[in-house]
Amino acid sequence: MTGAPILEIDALTKRFGGFIALNAVSLAIGEGERVGLIGPNGSGKSTLVNCIAGVLRPESGRIRFAGSDIGDLAPFQRTRAGIARSFQIPQPFASMSVIENLCIPLEYAGAGWKRRHGDIRAAAREILADCGLAAKAEALPASLTQIELRKLELARAVAAHPRLLIADEAMAGLSSAEVEEVLSLLFALSARGITIVMIEHIMHAVMRFSQRIVVLDAGRKIAEGKPDDIVRDPAAERAYLGE
Amino acid sequence: MRATGFWLALAAIIVAALAMTELVANQYYYFAFYVVLQYVVLATAWNILGGYTGYVNFGSAGFFALGAYTAIVAIKLFAAPLPALILAGGVVSGLVGLATGYLTLRLRGTFFAIATLALAVVLQTLVINWDFVGGSRGVYTMRPAVPVLFDSYIKLLFVTMLLLALAAIAASRFIERSWIGRGLAAIRDNEQAAACSGVPTLRLKLFATTLSGFLMGAAGAPFPLYVTYLDPSSAFSLAYAVNSIAMPLIGGTTSWVGPVIGALLLATAQQVVTVTISSAANLLIVGLLLVGFVILAPEGIVGLWRRLARGRRA
Repeated sequence: MTGAPILEIDALTKRFGGFIALNAVSLAIGEGERVGLIGPNGSGKSTLVNCIAGVLRPESGRIRFAGSDIGDLAPFQRTRAGIARSFQIPQPFASMSVIENLCIPLEYAGAGWKRRHGDIRAAAREILADCGLAAKAEALPASLTQIELRKLELARAVAAHPRLLIADEAMAGLSSAEVEEVLSLLFALSARGITIVMIEHIMHAVMRFSQRIVVLDAGRKIAEGKPDDIVRDPAAERAYLGE
Repeated sequence: MRATGFWLALAAIIVAALAMTELVANQYYYFAFYVVLQYVVLATAWNILGGYTGYVNFGSAGFFALGAYTAIVAIKLFAAPLPALILAGGVVSGLVGLATGYLTLRLRGTFFAIATLALAVVLQTLVINWDFVGGSRGVYTMRPAVPVLFDSYIKLLFVTMLLLALAAIAASRFIERSWIGRGLAAIRDNEQAAACSGVPTLRLKLFATTLSGFLMGAAGAPFPLYVTYLDPSSAFSLAYAVNSIAMPLIGGTTSWVGPVIGALLLATAQQVVTVTISSAANLLIVGLLLVGFVILAPEGIVGLWRRLARGRRA
């Protein structure tokens, strides 16, 4: 972990009925760090993301962000505090053009809140250019390709001016050239000082991107360390490949 | 420039209406226009929640009747004047609207629509069993003396409903073009993504349900003085619920113009048919038009117009 922790998760437990999705998971993420969160399907990755984003309320445990407890904050307040996420399945605002999709977080979260509408559109254009979507500014989401939708997800998350960005399977289903494109976009965001948590099944991408990797299995954190060490970790190997 | 045009148009409509009260003597027109304008308010109010926010309210009749029966109570207890009736009817329906806003925490889509329908049924049952407001027998209201400006009470009601309609339109237009409207549209498109973009979803939904309820209640408040005899089956008539949904759908739900066009067209058609063909046929028209629009122009008249405009440019 580099720098002071921006996100501290302490003994987080989430149950769905009798099923324990997260079992006393603790995790600290440093400011500016690139962390990969991996684990087999059903290991609790998405549940963890939803608990951090405030969509789900954990049964016990605490989440601190930038030094303060955010356990009681509604999702929109967490976004305003600086936590943004992209969704696993792209969830664009379907009736709005690409640029209008970005105007929502620019207007409602972060520094865009009090700006005039014209400034907001200029800021949205800048983000679209950074994300390689400038040509699609006026298009409707329905006309976008899969990779463009993924980029829109990331662009909209960036428009919220996050300090922490959670990229939930931003590359699933993309071709290897497209994976490279999204990866370089995430590297660029990281270079700007945004802390990034990447949840991904594409191993070579996570291994290259992450400075540190956290492995979840059946709701427990079973391994944590540098990518090279995780590859050799017997517990992580068991979780993925079985005995 | 377009903004001044809008306000000038509103002013011109008011002037024209006042001139009409001087020039047109036939009382029937005021009775008919009153109903049309009442539907402009109801459709506009419905659209703030249903069109902008995407929560379908099937209980418009309940909110409308709540305004009407609040007026009855205010008349019987305080002999309250017309502006006070409208305010009271609006506030009571607005509060019930606020309560339905909390329903949106758990209920979406069809389930929310069914809950609002149930709310209207519950309210009707309460009124039927409440003797003070006439119960199932209904209640008569005496119109107060005709005020100085007008020579008959129906003209006053007509102008009042016109002002209410213009106020509703102005509010709906303001919301559509402001940050509130953009937030509501985000909720309609994808509530979870909206929250994750920093939109205070619950707060905006409560605003929408409250304002929508307020306007429906305000539209219902003068109704007892319009009909002079109010009974539950006319106040809670299914026609209000159906029309408040059908009008925005036919006109177009994403802009403030849609419900206005829908209400003017449909309500006027109903008035004409009631007089020329039969009073029973007027809901039939709604049904036929609705089927036609769902098939031919699912985005309503405004959507159809935009599509044609885009086609011409391309």
